[in-house]
This record gives sequence, structure tokens and C-alpha cells, in this order.
Amino acid sequence: YLPHWNWNCLTTDSQSEKSAVWIMALSRLSSRSNIISRPLSAAFRRSISTDTTPITIETSLPFTAHLCDPPSRSVESSTQELLSFFRTMALMRRMEIAADSLYKAKLIRGFCHLYDGQEAVAIGMEAAITKKDAIITAYRDHCIFLGRGGSLYEVFAELMGRQDGCSRGKGGSMHFYKKDSSFYGGHGIVGAQVPLGCGIAFAQKYSKEEAVTFAMYGDGAANQGQLFEALNISALWDLPSILVCENNHYGMGTAEWRAAKSPSYYKRGDYVPGLKVDGMDAFAVKQACKFAKEHALKNGPIILEMDTYRYHGHSMSDPGSTYRTRDEISGVRQERDPIERIKKLVLSHDLATEKELKDMEKEIRKEVDDAIAKAKDCPMPEPSELFTNVYVKGFGTESFGADRKEVKAALP
Amino acid sequence: MASLLGRFCRKLVVPGSAHGSRMTSTTACGSETVKSLNLYSAINQALHIALETDPRSYVFGEDVGFGGVFRCTTGLAERFGKNRVFNTPLCEQGIVGFGIGLAAMGNRAVVEIQFADYIYPAFDQIVNEAAKFRYRSGNQFNCGGLTIRAPYGAVGHGGHYHSQSPEAFFCHVPGIKVVIPRSPREAKGLLLSSIRDPNPVVFFEPKWLYRQAVEEVPEHDYMIPLSQAEVIREGSDITLVGWGAQLTVMEQACLDAEKEGISCELIDLKTLLPWDKETVEASVKKTGRLLISHEAPITGGFGAEISATILERCFLKLEAPVSRVCGLDTPFPLVFEPFYMPTKNKASSSSSLSSPSKNTHFLIHGFSRLL
Repeated sequence: YLPHWNWNCLTTDSQSEKSAVWIMALSRLSSRSNIISRPLSAAFRRSISTDTTPITIETSLPFTAHLCDPPSRSVESSTQELLSFFRTMALMRRMEIAADSLYKAKLIRGFCHLYDGQEAVAIGMEAAITKKDAIITAYRDHCIFLGRGGSLYEVFAELMGRQDGCSRGKGGSMHFYKKDSSFYGGHGIVGAQVPLGCGIAFAQKYSKEEAVTFAMYGDGAANQGQLFEALNISALWDLPSILVCENNHYGMGTAEWRAAKSPSYYKRGDYVPGLKVDGMDAFAVKQACKFAKEHALKNGPIILEMDTYRYHGHSMSDPGSTYRTRDEISGVRQERDPIERIKKLVLSHDLATEKELKDMEKEIRKEVDDAIAKAKDCPMPEPSELFTNVYVKGFGTESFGADRKEVKAALP
Repeated sequence: MASLLGRFCRKLVVPGSAHGSRMTSTTACGSETVKSLNLYSAINQALHIALETDPRSYVFGEDVGFGGVFRCTTGLAERFGKNRVFNTPLCEQGIVGFGIGLAAMGNRAVVEIQFADYIYPAFDQIVNEAAKFRYRSGNQFNCGGLTIRAPYGAVGHGGHYHSQSPEAFFCHVPGIKVVIPRSPREAKGLLLSSIRDPNPVVFFEPKWLYRQAVEEVPEHDYMIPLSQAEVIREGSDITLVGWGAQLTVMEQACLDAEKEGISCELIDLKTLLPWDKETVEASVKKTGRLLISHEAPITGGFGAEISATILERCFLKLEAPVSRVCGLDTPFPLVFEPFYMPTKNKASSSSSLSSPSKNTHFLIHGFSRLL
């Protein structure tokens, strides 16, 4: 299998670069891929290929289906998508690690729930849908926000409670929103976002938008009553809602088998079809979400169970090792890490060398550090912001200063 | 800044205890052993005693098996077994409903709701099932053995969903009792009373004080009676009423006011429903002024009920309007928490407390104090 090289997409015109690429193509013919090209590729920095050569990738595991036919294991992708998966996931990973350090430095206060290990779900989902499709999730929302088009600066500013944060500094880690990308956030109360998601799906169906809603929740939330209420309503009215259970096997500190009689969350819908997906494989997630979207638009709700894992504890207050062994965590990191999987795919398809990927990671690190530095300079919100948006402007609340009788203002 | 100072002082001063003197139990003689404990340890001790003395009592909730997120249930599962101390799945409505059923069969169910902010899915069960069970069955059935424990209140950085004070919602429900302790010694006694009380009780624990408050707690089994308020500081110029963690803040305000020559009487309500009207009434008839303080938003907070009742009973004895220094009418904020909280300076600056004399002229116009 020889990849096509689209000469037009090379970003520089230098002869030496073209000849270097030519040599690389030749070297591929002899299947001794990078040995000749390595010294040359080390000599110049190549930006991410904008090559849209189609590639087909097999998912790691077949899908398990409930009341429906599972989609095929062969996923259509492209070289560009593969590289962008790597880049975005590495960015997400770096962002979460940086948030960890910021929390320990007490720059982020409150609660901080980190998503590292689960990046494949966010990225795979984004690849399968458009910005008109809505996503609503619980409090582990930093990476999903980034996937929806949020910027690092907005993320860190919101985490540190500054006014340029995506929720103007008033939400914090658990409450990221992005209206123009149909990202409905960021919810603290476990399970409460699922009926909301079904409501959004109703609105989408009503306005004939040909869009769907992904209502995400965890294995802990799967035992909430309101989930089943929402599921019943969605099935009854054929709403284009897709319930995505991000099963990282621990509801805070409780293992799934201790909380659920049936840990097959994809079957919990009973009369609603379900699909179990390897959540650490970004392409499996993409395929499943694509399949789910087509299904939901035609037939109503479907449940996706993403078998995934989080490396950090439930939140920054949880070491994450009192209810599971360190061996388990490192075992998953070695066997199933989503970024490693993509990296292996990138290397095996010769889209970049090890060194280039390392350089990319360095770039990402710098990008994250720059965003943090910029966010640190951002001011805190004005004290008057305490009172804004309780109600719509004009129907204000009264509030008082330190001396209740002296300072009295009708605030926005 | 000042509010931070106020919070810092919580660690040192526990209301009702003079510096350096031994706290003795209200019911025991001086030879009973006491131990220095913080709030979660005191509650833990109470739970151990409750389970020990009644073989038909159970403790359950989310994550209680390993000790709970605040360690209030440490050692219970190991000592009493997984049949009596067990984890539930994440479903508050289910947990409380289950507890009501268990209590209806004559057992003592001690339910833990992980944070008071999460109690709302269970609100229907508490209001419609637990509170009315005895009433609607003509006393055939009751769920008096039910006690619901939940950590409530601000913790410094909790944000919207880890800092709420929902006591006002529950005080509006005849049929249940609402109890809030202020310190470790009180917590142990009140929790044992709540568990043994033949009515369903909602017991809110101030989470800020779990580690911060340390007090000498008697090791034996003792109960502090419900629906009896306590005057923890005698005074003659103004009555201050509060509960839970807010009392440490109010004690600071009292100390500040004393420097200005104002003598404050501080009352811990302990039980909010049914509350001890007589004690507060007697105090206000003596002093002529009342200030109520709580963390929950001011509109519709429990301070309004106290204010209205005292007004009815003591109108002619009041020398100033009843003052309420409470949280603001906003959702509990994240970064703005220091502005939201009813700090000691807000209390000190309220016109009731800041005027040095009983002259009504001063009271109407007041004067502001610099923070």
C-alpha cells in the first residue's frame, strides 16, 4: 500500500524539502521506512500534514450491540484526521496535567475533576458530529469544552475564576458552556443533565434541525432515577437523544459492580437499543457516534456505553488509589492509553516520526504554558458580578453592603 | 480579609467554652472522661454508640463503608458488619425512600446524604412520605426511626453545589425535626438524641467545622435534649440568635461589640424545627433587640420565621427592628464567597449592634463601620 503524496499541500517550496520527501517516499518502497529519512527529517521541521488521504482503520474490539446491528469495525478516516487526533488528545492531556499542578498550587480552588485517560471519547465524538449537534455532560467537562472549540485561555481563565473564562469566572471547573457550539455544559448534580439533554433533543426534533443531542453521564449516575424517566420519554416520543455512559468503572470511589446490579449499561435501556464501545479507541468512538447519530435521527434514542478509564482520582481531593491498585492504573496506561494507540497508528502509517511527535508535544506544552500565563494576568470579575444574571436584567435583586441600612442598591 | 480572620478564629474559639477551662458534660459528674475531638470524630463516636446500643439500627449512604468522604463513618462497617453499615448506589431519592421503609418497620435508619446540596432529589420523599406518615395513617405507622445526616454550609471554596444551607426548606414541613449542632460536644449529644427521637429528623452538620472545631467531648453515652435553645453567652443589650458554624462568626462579633461596651447575649437555637420560642422570647424581652444570622440567603431564610414570631410576642418590648445578617439573594457563588458570607463585620456593622446607646435616633440612622 503506497500512500499518495499530494505535492500541492507541501507548505514550503524549498527544493531540499521536496527532495527529502521524495527520498522518504522511495524509502517506503523498500519498506525500510525511516532509517534513511531520519537524519533528513531531523534537519527540518515539518508542520502537520494537510494530506486528506483516506485511511481505513480497524477498531481494537468489535462492538457489542443490544437490540440493533453493530456498525462495522472498519472506520473511514484520513491522514489529516489521524494527526489531528494525536495533536488534540495530547493537548487535552497536557491541559489536564497542567490543571493538576495549578490546583496543587492553589490557583484553582473549589473542585476540579480531570479527564485524562478519557480523551478518546471527547475526540472521537467530535469527529463524528457537527457543531449543530448538542453535547451536554456532567462535571468532567474540560476536554469536551476544548473539543467543542473552546480555547485554552478560556479554560484556564475559568478554572482560576477570572473574568475572561467561558462562564465569566462564575462557573468554575464544573460549569463550562459554549453556546455557539451547542455545548450545554457542565453540571454539578449527578444525573441531572440527562433529562435536560432529552429536552434539548426534543427542541431539535421540533425545529427539524436534523441534529442530535449527546447526553453524557457516568457509571455512578447510571443509577439515578431521572435517567430512566428521561429514557422513557425519549423512547416514547422518538427523540434524537443519544445517552452516552462514560463508564470509567468507578463512581467516585465505588466500583461499578458494587453499585449496579447490571453493569452492562448499554443494556439498561431495555427497549432502547444500545452499543458497547471501547472508549479508549478514538476511532471506535467515532464510528459508534456516527452510527448513533444516524440511528437517532431515524429511530429515536440509543445508549452508547464507552468503556473508558480515568487515571486521576474522582477529583483533585481524591488520590484515586484507595479504591484501586496502582498496578491497575499503570496497567491500563500501558495497555490501553488512547494517545499511545494513536501514536502507534501515526508511526505505523508513517505520517510523522517519533521526533516530530515529540516536537509537537513540546509545542503543545508551550501553548498550554502560554495560555496559563495569559490567564494568570486576567483580572478577577468585578464584585458587582456577584449579583448579575440571578434573574434577567431589570428584574433585579436588592442587596446591601456591610451596614444593611446604609448601602442599598437595586442591582442588575 | 476580615472574613478570613473570622474564619481563622474558628479554629481557636468554640462558643460557650472559656479559654483554658475544661468543658464538663451537662449530665455527668466531673469524673467522666473527656477527650479532645473534632466534629467528625464526635459524630463518629455518636454513631458507634447508637449502633452499639440498638441492634436494629443501620447506617447507610454513598461511600459510608470505607468511612465516608468526611470520615464520619470510619470503623463502623468493620465493627458492626456489612449488614448494618453499607454503601448504596448513587440515588438520593432511593436512599431516603429506602430509609423510610426501613424505619416504618421499627428500625433506626441513619441515612447519610453526601452533601446537603444533593438532598433535593430526596425532598419529595422527606416532605411527602416521611413527614406525613404518622399523620395520614392515624398513628398506625410512623418512620420515627429515620435520621437523615447531611453536611451543609460553606467550606471556603465549595462553590454552588458543595456549600448550600437548605435548612429553611425543611423547616417549612410539619412532621419532621431539623437539628443543627454548633460544636463537637453538641454534635454527639444532639445526634444521639436525633437518632433516638421518635420522629424523623434531618440533621445538618456544618462541614466547615469537621476538622476545624476541636473540643473536649465526654466519652460516654449522653444526649442533649432537642427543641431547647441554649444561651451560650449572657448579655443585656442585644440578643443574637444563630446555629451551626455561624455561631463562631457571631461570637467574634460579640467580642468586638464588647470592646465598644455593648453586652451581647448569644443563643444557639440547636433545633430549628420545632424551635425553642420561649428562650428567645425571654432573652429579647430582657434586651429589647434581636439580630439573627445565617449563611442561607436572606429572603425566606429561617431568620424570617424567628423575626416574625418574636415580633408577635415581644412587639412592645422591642427597641429596634429585628436585624437579619444573612447570605445574599444569589446562588452560592464560587469566587465571590467572601462577599456573599455574613461575616462578623457585617454583623458588627448592622445598625442594631453598632449603636453604643439605646437612643432610638442612633438606631434609625445608624453609622457604618470601616471594614
